[in-house]
Amino acid sequence: MTCAETIAAYAFRSLGYGERLLPRTDFTLCQQFTLIGSGMIWNLYFGMLALAAGFLLANAVALAKNARSPLARVPADWFVFIFRGSPLFIQFFLAYEALVLLPRNGIVILGMTTEVSWLSRAWAGALIVLFLNTAAYSAQIFHGALKSIPRGDLEAAEAYGLTGWARFRRIEWPTMLRLAWPAYTNEAIFLFHATTLVFFSGFPAFQQRGDALYYANYFADKTFNPFIPYPIVAFYFILLTLGLIGIFGFVNRRLNRHLPANVQARIRLRPQLIR
Amino acid sequence: MFAACADPSLIAGPEWLLCYLTTGKHVDFYWSFLTVLILLAVTAPTALAFGFGGAMAARSPILPVRLVGKGYTAMVRGVPDIVFFLFFVIALDQGIEWTVHQIRCPDWIEPIRQGLEFRVCPQAKVPQGSAPQSVHELYGFALAVLTFALVFGAFAANVLYGAMQAVPKGQLETAEAYGMSHRQVFRRVLVPQMWVYALPGLGNLWMILIKATPLLFLLGVKDIVYWARELGGAKTSAYAFPHPDWRLYYFLFLMAFYLCMTKLSEIVLSRLSARLSRGQATAAGEALRRAAA
Repeated sequence: MTCAETIAAYAFRSLGYGERLLPRTDFTLCQQFTLIGSGMIWNLYFGMLALAAGFLLANAVALAKNARSPLARVPADWFVFIFRGSPLFIQFFLAYEALVLLPRNGIVILGMTTEVSWLSRAWAGALIVLFLNTAAYSAQIFHGALKSIPRGDLEAAEAYGLTGWARFRRIEWPTMLRLAWPAYTNEAIFLFHATTLVFFSGFPAFQQRGDALYYANYFADKTFNPFIPYPIVAFYFILLTLGLIGIFGFVNRRLNRHLPANVQARIRLRPQLIR
Repeated sequence: MFAACADPSLIAGPEWLLCYLTTGKHVDFYWSFLTVLILLAVTAPTALAFGFGGAMAARSPILPVRLVGKGYTAMVRGVPDIVFFLFFVIALDQGIEWTVHQIRCPDWIEPIRQGLEFRVCPQAKVPQGSAPQSVHELYGFALAVLTFALVFGAFAANVLYGAMQAVPKGQLETAEAYGMSHRQVFRRVLVPQMWVYALPGLGNLWMILIKATPLLFLLGVKDIVYWARELGGAKTSAYAFPHPDWRLYYFLFLMAFYLCMTKLSEIVLSRLSARLSRGQATAAGEALRRAAA
């Protein structure tokens, strides 16, 4: 098989298209690159959707954490503590076991039977866990940023007659984002790194459709040689990290564009690892 | 364990539960919590030592040493750590066996990498094939500890390097002006002062280390995740204590265990931070001074 044929056969293997059987003998570098790259589709899928949805929830939770009423604050505090205080690994297992227990025939809501078995599949179940997890971590970041908005900014807003929703939308929220952005960039990077845990924890890979690490592990198991597949995963992730830094750096520049260059926040990559 | 538990089919209710929770396998499960705690207790100081060495190397005036230190700290950025975990254990295992092979079987002619297989002479197997099961388990645990220490040492090196840079230059210059040698400045001024700057980062790292312990399961150690899956799975009536799938409850228990560990660490770290801030030229130290006055 030439490399072009390999790519045609395996490029979308992780989604179930193309050649069904994984290579069993005579592993080539091309096969490893293609299949692991194919698995990266799942990492991208989990990362991007969880990040987008988590961003919205994180804003709400950060505001609730900042609220004066304990009715909003206490649940938000607990949400953040539970998801930040326990390993993502355990969260995956727990979610899988809980979702498997849902009735097989669907739940009857208002006389209609709703199918729920899809929830125990990785594409939905793991996504929910990652979404809640990143929401909790981001909420903590946003909450910190909300607390450190300069008081002068808020007083100036009040002096101009901005109160309530208008003040939040025009002053507090943009400032919060600007202050939180460098930390949030790190959160995004490590969320993508955390997506490698999906097929290594509770959620089984359906018909060998796994993520990058799943295929890397497959090759390492078959060839007894970890020195090729794992560095390939590392290579893909370094590319992904660089891409993320590029995109988030662009947003960061936009958030900081009204400030003189010497006070603008820079994004620094901090090792913040495993959850 | 108890005499009343001899025939589980005859008992019911709380007594059944008590007997169920004290079976031999459950006792193994409880011991595996100790495994996790031992891992933490062994890994944390080892990683700190690795990190200290890495940070010192990264500050070294000798170029090759500095490059090694910087390379070590840069290693962990940009790549998911789980990749390191999976990679290191195999690489370490093969590295050790290869070295032993070179020493014990110098006249072995067959290539070690035969296509898809990694083959060393039987004498070079670590641990020996004839060794008892406990040695195999201990060896696996030691490999896991070394891997954890290597990876977390790199993180710690990052933190400590930053902390060493954060100690005010004036302090070091003053010490030099008093005639201290480089070594003395390092030992008497830099190291005692850097901890307060390193503590937030190290505390963070400790939390991450706690949350990384379930990865032991991936490394093949029989840890709490292994036992939770093993014990929680549905048991048919062929077993002494039949029950449906209880893995959810076992994992809820693990979750509670981790949340308690996190909470406890948070409390200890905040105390430690207050203790280390005493008399330091930082905002926290200033606040302490004012509170005392």
